[in-house]
Amino acid sequence: MVQVGTDRVKKGMAEMQKGGVIMDVVNAEQAKIAEAAGAVAVMALERVPSDIRAAGGVARMADLSIVEDVLKAVSIPVMAKARIGHFVEARVLESLGVDYLDESEVLTPADDLYHINKKDFTVPFVCGARDLGEALRRIGEGASMIRTKGEPGTGNIVEAVRHMRTMMAQIRKVQAMSYDELMAEAKNLGAPYDLLEYVHKNGKLPVVNFAAGGVATPADAALMMQLGSDGVFVGSGIFKSENPEKFARAIVEATTHYTDYELIARVSKGLGSPMQGIEISKIREADRMQERGW
Amino acid sequence: MKIGVLALQGAVVEHLRLLEAVGATAVAVKKVEELHDLDGLVIPGGESTTISKLMHQYGWMEAIRAFGEAGKPIFGTCAGAILLAKQIEGQQEAHLGLMDIKVARNAFGRQKDSFEVNLPVAGVAADYPAVFIRAPYLMEVGEAGQVLAKYEDKIVAARVGQYLAAAFHPELTEDTRLHKYFLDMVKESK
Repeated sequence: MVQVGTDRVKKGMAEMQKGGVIMDVVNAEQAKIAEAAGAVAVMALERVPSDIRAAGGVARMADLSIVEDVLKAVSIPVMAKARIGHFVEARVLESLGVDYLDESEVLTPADDLYHINKKDFTVPFVCGARDLGEALRRIGEGASMIRTKGEPGTGNIVEAVRHMRTMMAQIRKVQAMSYDELMAEAKNLGAPYDLLEYVHKNGKLPVVNFAAGGVATPADAALMMQLGSDGVFVGSGIFKSENPEKFARAIVEATTHYTDYELIARVSKGLGSPMQGIEISKIREADRMQERGW
Repeated sequence: MKIGVLALQGAVVEHLRLLEAVGATAVAVKKVEELHDLDGLVIPGGESTTISKLMHQYGWMEAIRAFGEAGKPIFGTCAGAILLAKQIEGQQEAHLGLMDIKVARNAFGRQKDSFEVNLPVAGVAADYPAVFIRAPYLMEVGEAGQVLAKYEDKIVAARVGQYLAAAFHPELTEDTRLHKYFLDMVKESK
């Protein structure tokens, strides 16, 4: 019997993206540059996170004509963002044929209590997380891929590093625990018990885990890979840099060859200035995107 | 038998796990030099455009072509099959162009149309769990080749000489039978 949209097909899609770079784009032309540079997928947006941050106001799902243009322009998978809890935005994007949805804290949340029930969808979802409990809650709701939240649109890697290190340390701790301790730990983390059991047995998340939120240079991408990321999302970093084409290629190579320092040095030379960064302490707590989601 | 999995991008560890399960020595291959002592190579699922871009650097194209032309078996799954093919529909140029097949990319639709189904695979299994993700299919297989599996009249697995191609992802299952088949091809080639 033929089955569409199974767990395996949804998680498998993310497995195929491993070791790759997913790039934010705001039009068909950028999408083509990203594809030519070797992106494994593009995220179609109306504005990159740094511009969303600058613009303020309510950030919603992208203009659908942009999403459609990008879908037509490239043969690699196309992702798009829906607001947290906004299952109608998600359904609309699914109906357009988007390959992967990001229930994203970069947009203004539509529901301050609940995330989308992602199990109901044929299209897979990626969600952001800062720690193991948050990652497993999202997977419990049906997410097929996890990414760190980091702090989007800052060009500052520190939050993504913190989130990845936190998750990895918690995974190692859970793996080393006695079976008797798991239920109490599930309560502490706010994580579904069966998923925590999986982490205990396998020493990893049951889905692919990417880095996102602040990756601005090839060295940033390689750093996240060495900390245990399966791949990298680059948002504002590429098309806010001086030479996006060269920059995109350099990030792709650094992500593949993340322990080859001579290669990273070579691809990093002459890239021009990366995006302007923001110090996290200069962002008011209420404006930190990573605090969105529950 | 030492079998490498091309580790530029895609589902590498999944292939390593199944190759080890059938008794091969499996290694992830990230540098061209690592090809020289391999008996066979797997090109995994991933994004064919990405893997191709990365293969165009550091001499991969020439090295893998020489590897195949020396008679060493290569198994491509999904993106790997596209990379092996002599012809790609709608594209002027092939990537490796080693295997006498013509492929059509994303031929079953977008991600929301991705599916799994049990298929008979000739010489491998009567009920192989085939996982199709934005999968290609094989429009033509050269005369010297053998069609191994079809789905809805479309060719989804084939062997031509030392080359094996599947449009689906055996690496996403626990089923080792297709990897066993490839290991036997590698043993025969010695």
